[in-house]
Amino acid sequence: MAIVTNHEAETTEDAVVPSSGDDAALQAKEAAAAATGAQAVKTRRGALATSGSPLVRPPAAAHLSDEQVAELGRELDAIKDDILAKRGASDAAYIRRVIKVQRALEISGRATLLVSRNKGAWVAGTTLLSLAKILENMEIGHNVLHGQWDWMRDPDIHSTTWEWDFVTPARAWQHTHNDLHHRWTNVVGKDNDVGYNLLRMDPAQEWKPFNLGNPVYNAILAPIFEWGIAIYDLELQDYKEGNKSKEALVKDLKALGVKALKQFTKDYAATPAVAMLTGSGKQALYGTLTANAVRNVWAHAVIFCGHFPDGTDTFTEEMVEGETRGDWYVRQMIGSANISGSRFMHLMTGNLSHQIEHHLFPDIPSNRYAEVAPKVQEICRRYGLPYTTGPMWKQVGSTWAKVFKLALPPKKA
Amino acid sequence: MIRLRKLARAASVLTTPLAPEDILSLFNPVFSARQLRGVVTRVVAETADSATIFFRPGRGWKAHQAGQWARIGVELDGVRHWRSYSLSAPAGQDPAITVTDVGAVSGVLVRDTRPGDVLFLAPPQGDFVLPEHPRPLLMLTAGSGITPVMSMVRTLVPHRPDADVVLIHSSRTPEDSIFREELSELADQFPNFKVTHWITGERGRVDFSSPAALDELCPDWRHRAAYACGPEGFLDDAEALWSAEAAVAAATEGSAAGESHQPEGPFAADPINLIIERFTTSLAAGAGHDGGLVTFEASDREVEADGSTPLLDVGEDAGVLMPSGCRMGICHSCLTPLRAGHVRDLRTGEVHGEPGQLIQTCVSAAAGPVNLDI
Repeated sequence: MAIVTNHEAETTEDAVVPSSGDDAALQAKEAAAAATGAQAVKTRRGALATSGSPLVRPPAAAHLSDEQVAELGRELDAIKDDILAKRGASDAAYIRRVIKVQRALEISGRATLLVSRNKGAWVAGTTLLSLAKILENMEIGHNVLHGQWDWMRDPDIHSTTWEWDFVTPARAWQHTHNDLHHRWTNVVGKDNDVGYNLLRMDPAQEWKPFNLGNPVYNAILAPIFEWGIAIYDLELQDYKEGNKSKEALVKDLKALGVKALKQFTKDYAATPAVAMLTGSGKQALYGTLTANAVRNVWAHAVIFCGHFPDGTDTFTEEMVEGETRGDWYVRQMIGSANISGSRFMHLMTGNLSHQIEHHLFPDIPSNRYAEVAPKVQEICRRYGLPYTTGPMWKQVGSTWAKVFKLALPPKKA
Repeated sequence: MIRLRKLARAASVLTTPLAPEDILSLFNPVFSARQLRGVVTRVVAETADSATIFFRPGRGWKAHQAGQWARIGVELDGVRHWRSYSLSAPAGQDPAITVTDVGAVSGVLVRDTRPGDVLFLAPPQGDFVLPEHPRPLLMLTAGSGITPVMSMVRTLVPHRPDADVVLIHSSRTPEDSIFREELSELADQFPNFKVTHWITGERGRVDFSSPAALDELCPDWRHRAAYACGPEGFLDDAEALWSAEAAVAAATEGSAAGESHQPEGPFAADPINLIIERFTTSLAAGAGHDGGLVTFEASDREVEADGSTPLLDVGEDAGVLMPSGCRMGICHSCLTPLRAGHVRDLRTGEVHGEPGQLIQTCVSAAAGPVNLDI
């Protein structure tokens, strides 16, 4: 028989005008497409029930009836649907612009450090590189790795391909962060982000003499925060308790080793080596060290403002037993805190200043959180739920106060 | 080249976790570490609803053979869509696709493409190509089916005095006929190229039910290597005619024994000398009891699907951002992990499904409830 080489021209997604009288096949296809389009599409809201109630509702939401919580869930679903319907070319242009700016900052910062024997060049280069690293980790890396931009189907900006300028490998972080932390937000015993297995950040965590060092540990953690996260992502606690296999741990350690080596080579060997050509090797090394530390201190501050300031609640395992979609939303809102401030501040926090909105909808594009925030705040007001927000200095102060307070044993009643 | 690659590896020490291409793309958009790209250099309107788009591809593109096609990625409202288009430029020249507006993606390409735009690309492929050695050719095309054949005509006719090409091209009206003027000019200029513009709006379709019509248009058609490209019905009819003629020839074998020729190139496996380029693939309908609830796990959508609609269409209609490519089961761009359930391969009717298996959603329909990891 004849050789048949197949190739496809176009499917019919909208009204079709056949290009010639012979294109009847296309019309038939169009009719078929119309038939499937007519079928009812139901939005499924994850595995959580739409009605019912948890064993215990958190105190801040105890005044709400099951029906009220279900209605609140529906209202928040509607907000998300609204954003998803609007999402499009302008959002795509936004993330591409941010990525461009970040890369321009990165290369100009690194280039300036090559002549950092000059003091002005050192300051400029270090500042540019710090800004680049912060933007890369916060507004780009964190959000891309959440899958906020997967809808563009661009393999260059996708949660499955992205790797970030941070020692912990993206895949390891996605597991502990996207899956564990975002699912179990602030549930003591399930969300290890409550204190990162290092600090005592909730009165419900048992006090041990080790906790006296709380403020010291936190102060040391801040400038090396990326290492804290990298070790945390290894899930050593799970390994010790037998919940993580040795093979899995070895695999993660190898991935971390490779990633850390690359990061070290870039910042602490290659960049200073090139700078040695102008006699700026040592200064360039100090520059990259400083930029990494600045980024670490900033990321630490922003992330601690997410769930630890006064006003945020933590939860017991009874409160998530039988949790409905609405209750899950409630927990995200009353377990998170926002930071108020300028547009530049929101950008530099990767829009984690809209932590409440981010926890409700972790995968909508970050540039949309500001638009969602007033609606969420209005819902909180209407349902009598706390909506915690404040300027950076206040939120940072509040978390540090908690770090100090919880270093001490609980007062005996 | 080798030195360039070494340089790139050295540079990546400074750019990790980015690739050097990610930095270079700041200055030239064709650079990407993951995705072949091209920049549109020129857009030429052909008819009211078709246009030719010339582009300069980045590194990684391989030169096309006349008649081949390429997958082209286009962004519609921020979302990338992939479709396949035949290349109409002659072999050896910068690539160009000729697109007819028949849907959302082709519509945007025809109407909104401007020089400087970036197209996403996959290297050219396809076996609908010229024979390796010269021989008389007959081209049968209809509608936008002229596109790959145009590349062949442009490659062959002006450069090969020994070429012998007859083209019969069907279109609804003269205005709808892509490349009409250029084809007529080539026919005027080169005596070895003959064109018949068959206007279906005036004369109805070319009748392939008996050899009579072809006998009149091209008396020696049986001795030519034939290429056909156009809509499904057109190709089925042509194929039936050639098969019938092959049967007649086999029956009267012996009288024409002296005329044996050696098939070569794309015709090697083809005793009846007809090569067909289809724009769609015919899919079998599922059995009556097939179909079921399709759940898109990560997208939180579920939809009741029948047993004959590809899961790709089901997903897209439900608003799920499905990966897609050729839409006919050949390119594997649409692979999606199956979490649970069974699917029917619409090409073969085979029912299969292992948890974790990658499913070609464009040619698979639900056979009972299906859960997909997307």
